[in-house]
Amino acid sequence: MARAVSFNRKTFNTVLAWSIGLLIFFPILWTILTSFKTEGQAIADPPLFLMFDWTLENYAIVQERSDYLRFLTNSVIIAGGSTLLGIFVAVPAAWSMAFVPSKRTKDILLWMLSTKMLPAVGVLYPIYLIFIELGLLDTKIGLVVVLMLINLPIIVWMLYTYFKEIPSEILEAARMDGASLRSEILYVLTPMAIPGIASTILLNFILAWNEAFWTLNLTAAQAAPLTAFIASYSSPEGLFYAKLSAASTMAIAPILILGWFSQKQLVRGLTFGAVK
Amino acid sequence: MGRIVLEKVTKKFEHVEVIQPLDLTIEEGEFVVFVGPSGCGKSTLLRLIAGLEDVSSGDIYIDDQNATDLPPAQRRLAMVFQSYALYPHMSVRKNIAFPLKMAKLDQAEIDRRVAAAAEVLSLTDYLDRRPGQLSGGQRQRVAIGRAIVREPSAFLFDEPLSNLDAALRVGMRLEISELHARLKTTMIYVTHDQVEAMTMADKIVVLQGGVIEQVGSPLELYRNPRNRFVAGFIGSPKMNFIEGPEAAKYDAHCIGIRPEHIGVSETKGEWKGSISVSEHLGSDTFFHVHDTGLAETITVRAGGEVAFKHGDTVYLSPRPEMIHKFDAEGLRL
Amino acid sequence: MATQHSRSAARFMMAPAVMLLLAWMLVPLIMTLYFSFKKYLPLRGGDLGWVGFDNYVRFVSSSSFWPSVTTTLIIVGGVLAITLILGTLLALLLDQPIWGQGVVRILVIAPFFVMPTVSALVWKNMFMDPNYGLLSYLWEFFGAEPLQWMSHASLTSIITIVSWQWLPFATLILLTAIQSLDHEQLEASEMDGATALKRFWYIVLPHLSRAITVVLLIQTIFLLSIFAEIFVTTAGAFGSKTLTYLIFQRVLESQNVGLGSAGGVYAIILANIVAIFLMRIVGKNLDK
Repeated sequence: MARAVSFNRKTFNTVLAWSIGLLIFFPILWTILTSFKTEGQAIADPPLFLMFDWTLENYAIVQERSDYLRFLTNSVIIAGGSTLLGIFVAVPAAWSMAFVPSKRTKDILLWMLSTKMLPAVGVLYPIYLIFIELGLLDTKIGLVVVLMLINLPIIVWMLYTYFKEIPSEILEAARMDGASLRSEILYVLTPMAIPGIASTILLNFILAWNEAFWTLNLTAAQAAPLTAFIASYSSPEGLFYAKLSAASTMAIAPILILGWFSQKQLVRGLTFGAVK
Repeated sequence: MGRIVLEKVTKKFEHVEVIQPLDLTIEEGEFVVFVGPSGCGKSTLLRLIAGLEDVSSGDIYIDDQNATDLPPAQRRLAMVFQSYALYPHMSVRKNIAFPLKMAKLDQAEIDRRVAAAAEVLSLTDYLDRRPGQLSGGQRQRVAIGRAIVREPSAFLFDEPLSNLDAALRVGMRLEISELHARLKTTMIYVTHDQVEAMTMADKIVVLQGGVIEQVGSPLELYRNPRNRFVAGFIGSPKMNFIEGPEAAKYDAHCIGIRPEHIGVSETKGEWKGSISVSEHLGSDTFFHVHDTGLAETITVRAGGEVAFKHGDTVYLSPRPEMIHKFDAEGLRL
Repeated sequence: MATQHSRSAARFMMAPAVMLLLAWMLVPLIMTLYFSFKKYLPLRGGDLGWVGFDNYVRFVSSSSFWPSVTTTLIIVGGVLAITLILGTLLALLLDQPIWGQGVVRILVIAPFFVMPTVSALVWKNMFMDPNYGLLSYLWEFFGAEPLQWMSHASLTSIITIVSWQWLPFATLILLTAIQSLDHEQLEASEMDGATALKRFWYIVLPHLSRAITVVLLIQTIFLLSIFAEIFVTTAGAFGSKTLTYLIFQRVLESQNVGLGSAGGVYAIILANIVAIFLMRIVGKNLDK
């Protein structure tokens, strides 16, 4: 039962929580606001909060100068491609572990997780070398594969926990009804697991979108996604706050919106079911 | 169609033998009930027949064909699960049509069969609903509908009524019996409820600890239980068992007498005792009698109009021809 | 519980995922091990032969090694302390009935979705810049001398940025854990006369202990390998070189692959020590 709380206490908590929430959100808000200022207003003393001449010119400049759309396309292809490829590999594996568990299932799941713990920097050079040998350096396909591999444990794990919630009797019913394995997965399991699969896609898209080790180290001009595009602002020339803000806003806006939908899955996906 | 033979079938999980070597023949058109306490192996046995589990050894024949290694889809059996296992994302119509679609029947034939099944099960008005919008009894009927459209060799039921409330359970019990009378297809039905077993079965298979204790018609089991376990399991209220000197009078380790085979009197009888609890059901009255000089509390079934109450002294007389005698191993003498 | 048929199907369907991850783990790992025993300078002569454990010894005896370990520990420890303490307090607050709870939650979680390069650059330039940063205005407003954040307080800066990114994660998980606490337990202890502080100490905190451990371990694994935040802010200068960054520099900047690989092996061992504890908790949870 919900506890009745006095009006005063609720007011106090509300004010406190909102203040902290806004404080935490402020850097993002400030970035968005600055993106609509001119460069001069962006560094005005005292800082301008809302009373400035709103302009969209930064967005135009950013696109014109650095071809933002190309980086955006790369990000979408790399994050989307790696996620879908991961789902494709992970669904059969998660089906096996959830519905035909064996003594080794637990060990395999934990082992898969342990590959996620491998520090990237420890295998940086071998991957770099393999990429050069295979001509994958600065290609989207190379990054799709690498990001698929680093997120595969999370994808398998999340799907596994979602599949576990589906009663195995329903799959057995399909088997009794004459369904082949393919039909069982295609017509019964997948439609039932759609919400879980969607959450998994969402979270892994976000993780791949924000990945900033391999995307920085394995790309140059051609395949660079938004993470690398933003990193190029780390050595600026002249006034650039407003442009940096516009670029940043464009890089994070899509994912902020997706992220808000995936709060619940975030906990499940990132704690591997250890916290529910 | 629908003769199922099990030959020396066993099942091991890890190292535990949940089904010990077992032979059983189910004749065509029979309604067979597997009954026993939870963990006795009855559901496992059903799943072995269904093909959802592999046998560890032995053979299963369905219509004289060795089906031991056939996958479930090819055994021509239909199953109704305890949870109904309806496909939640499909309408009732699609649920019932699913096995036909898997069998690649043409759409006209599918529609015809679904309509016929819906008619039989009074589901016609619900065909476009999702399982989530149906009551427990309706879901049960959809599960049955999904089973009958395939015209299988045999139906397998895994405790199908245990999720329904008491009133609905009685109704569905009748419906399933009627269905059997009409289709005359072999049915294998698993339950832990001996009332369901007694009321529905042509043949009851009593299982305990992975072993068949007895196979027979309901009345055979009631009248001539092979051992103490079957005697105690079949019949409600439970048979009274009496050990010690009283049993020795009959040259037995233990004697059993059903509550309905004991006479009650205010004045005279074999055992004198007092009533601890009396349960009045209207049609019947159950007395629990103690202080009889026997170690056990005796349950007695009397007519509905008998007006004894807590604390009354009564005399009990077992009908001698109805006394069952068992040896120390529990086997009938 | 399944048939032989479905078990072999299961093995077949699991194979692609298992093989891919096995290759992903083993191939680079073996290569790293191989290089770590070689003197290997791709731009200055290439493979110069086996050197035994020389790289391992040189990596730990180089003058940058111990400072990088200290830096790593300060950053990881600092971020963990800040996110766990503030995260617990914030989770407790958000568990209370407040108006607009959903919106506040969204505000608090937002930083987690900001890509690391963006948050690092925005903080570095728009907040921590000594001339134009917002924090400098704040300092000046109170009459203080603006801080040279990146050069004079590099670790504080990085800890601030990373904590801002990870606080949402800690808060969200701890909040989820708090919400699973049976409120009747709290009411019972209240009936038993426990004060709010005692209720927190004896009921809430023990209930949270597992979630806290999980946050601690997962964050440690991710924090040990933070990269972008340093790459775009200080690029390892001003005493902000972590172990990860040191290895990165050895491998890609100075192209001393043998030495960097030996460092990589150290990093792998370190991460595995943390991972073992995490695995045990996750594994226990699987059995339920």
